[in-house]
Amino acid sequence: MTTTTVATPNDYKSDLKPIWCPGCGDYGVVQAIYRALAAVGRPPHEVAFVSGIGCSSRIPGYTTTYGFNTVHGRALPIAQGIKLARPELLVLVAGGDGDGFSIGGGHVPHAVRRNIDLTYVVMDNQIYGLTKGQLSPTSPRGLKTVSSAYGSVEDPVNPLMYVLGYGARFVAQGTPADLSGLASLIEAGLRYPGFAFINVQSPCITYGQPEAQLKAHKAAMKRLEPMGHDVTDRLAAMRLAAEYGEALYTGVFYRDPNPSPTYDAELVERRRAFGTLDRARALDRFVPH
Amino acid sequence: MTTKVLEGTHAISWAVQRSRAAVIAAYPITPSSGVVELLAEMCADGRLDARFVAVESEHSALATCAGASQTGMRAFTATSSHGLLYMHEMLHWCVGARLPIVLANVNRAVGSPWNIFADQNDSLSQRDTGWLQYYCEDNQEVLDTIIQAYKVAERVLLPAMVCLDAFFLSHTSEPVSIPEPHEVDAYLPPFAPDYFLSPDEPHAFGGLSAADGYMELRARIDAAMRHAEQVAEEADEEFGRLFGRRHPLVETYKTDDADIVLVASGTVAGTAREVIDARRARGERVGLVKIHLFRPFPFTPIRRAVSGAKKIAIIDRNVSFGHGGIMASELRSAMCAHPLAPPIFSFIAGLGGRDITPQTIDDVVAHTIQQEQPEADTLWVGLKE
Ligand SMILES: Cc1ncc(C[n+]2csc(CCOP(=O)(O)OP(=O)(O)O)c2C)c(N)n1
Ligand code: SF4
Repeated sequence: MTTTTVATPNDYKSDLKPIWCPGCGDYGVVQAIYRALAAVGRPPHEVAFVSGIGCSSRIPGYTTTYGFNTVHGRALPIAQGIKLARPELLVLVAGGDGDGFSIGGGHVPHAVRRNIDLTYVVMDNQIYGLTKGQLSPTSPRGLKTVSSAYGSVEDPVNPLMYVLGYGARFVAQGTPADLSGLASLIEAGLRYPGFAFINVQSPCITYGQPEAQLKAHKAAMKRLEPMGHDVTDRLAAMRLAAEYGEALYTGVFYRDPNPSPTYDAELVERRRAFGTLDRARALDRFVPH
Repeated sequence: MTTKVLEGTHAISWAVQRSRAAVIAAYPITPSSGVVELLAEMCADGRLDARFVAVESEHSALATCAGASQTGMRAFTATSSHGLLYMHEMLHWCVGARLPIVLANVNRAVGSPWNIFADQNDSLSQRDTGWLQYYCEDNQEVLDTIIQAYKVAERVLLPAMVCLDAFFLSHTSEPVSIPEPHEVDAYLPPFAPDYFLSPDEPHAFGGLSAADGYMELRARIDAAMRHAEQVAEEADEEFGRLFGRRHPLVETYKTDDADIVLVASGTVAGTAREVIDARRARGERVGLVKIHLFRPFPFTPIRRAVSGAKKIAIIDRNVSFGHGGIMASELRSAMCAHPLAPPIFSFIAGLGGRDITPQTIDDVVAHTIQQEQPEADTLWVGLKE
């Protein structure tokens, strides 16, 4: 049922012109997604691309895949429904840090532990872009925004630690400042058999902090690969992840070398096993004796 | 008294500041975000002595307000559309727990498809949760109603929702007079419930109430809600005495000798006044009834306001699918026992922010004049082919 074709990034690009602000990091993210999808090679009609609501959640519309933006914070459960109904589709989920870690934060642990084969790309800009610059769950302590006039007095969520702590099997971080690096991380996520999480530091040029823009990312980013980080060591990954907000590590933090079967695969397997039961004999059990 | 040029969102913020809310919790959503952004600023610069928290969702916002209110503190939140819908569980809870929270809802359309413009279906779909509901015509009414809402809510121990149209009010600036703090203090005493969470006088709340007690509690909510009409009437009367402005629960405009009475709510009522004036200038006997308080439904004043008419036209910026305009069906239920109930022409218009212009309203009135009887239960205005 699944097909792979020789594809180019352009095959995944829709006619819709993005309406992000000029200089928004999300332009780079969509480019990386075109490249990753082309590398994986599944034709657009076999890819379901789901997002929540936010500037970043506009992203499915800019691709030729079948996708839609949904309700704020509910991208993961909606994607889960799609994957259960049509396990043969490649299901990609995207959204902002607000969508994923405030209003939708309750879904993330369950997506992780259920291990449905989804790839979740969070465009983490440490702010609510669409609603014009309020505090987000990843905003640093002290940040002054329209909803924190005195500076935030709460600690940010650490998305990497969050998913690692819940036992995520594939965890990576990238930035559009390194487009090809980001594209290969998304590709690896798409190819990973199970729930894969990619945190993308994608700057908001309009409401974000000046020190969190692409230029600064380019200067600050440290690639994990040349550092000799062992991607099969969860504790080592957590030690690096703990530096979220201070150091900008890019690359794969953790990849479970022995992934357990995915939920969707398990379901198909159970159904197959059940299908071999002798129905007449099974019904016999309900005959009163 | 100070006069400022304020958009609807900020008229709310000033009312909340003057009402001395003590805990404010909110999650941003267009077009209501401005309400709490100004409040956040006021909390930061000391203009308001309140605790502000930017929570992770609307469900948490109202839950936070519920916790605060249960300790005897005045709580406030603002939201719109999907935000209000996401509060649904807590909306019911706050009524059962008898927590007089005030919530400002900017009336905005509900998805799918996404739309951020004016439409009343968000709050009207919460009609049966047991919140008082006010609908406002201009920014002065918004400010005054928030202050009145605290007074009424705290007297009857039920929460109150103050609704205003997206953008037409939320983002439109008008001169608004802001009463002085001491004036509002004289009108709105500190919140002092009989029962609240306190270590000095321990109580437990929210315990299980089985079939032997639950129904009595519900009946009391219903009684309190019905009583709220009179309390709201008195609250407006007192407000008028102190501040020189009234906001009748049901407002009549040139209805005394009117053959045709138009019923509307929100900003549509403001536009309708112009149409009424224009037709009056031509000698036509038309009038307007504005529904300001929708829950509790003011049966008596509504009946009084429309029963002299030969025909009634009502415009709803909302719809109950398979039934019709929500306010129209309320009006019909109010009139059904009336011996000489005039025919009610029910029009649905302006969904998802489509303009309801003076021409739209004039067409509605013209149609009502021409037809003997409504040709259908519900008439959709200006639908494209
Ligand atoms: C239930 C609900 N609450 C609030 C909103 C308003 N809203 C839309 S997007 C958004 C947050 C945007 O921030 P983020 O998810 O980080 O995405 P970004 O715009 O920064 O890409 C909010 C609060 C909504 N659409 N639905
Ligand atoms: S507001 Fe920020 S996140 Fe939204 S499009 Fe503009 S730059 Fe991007």
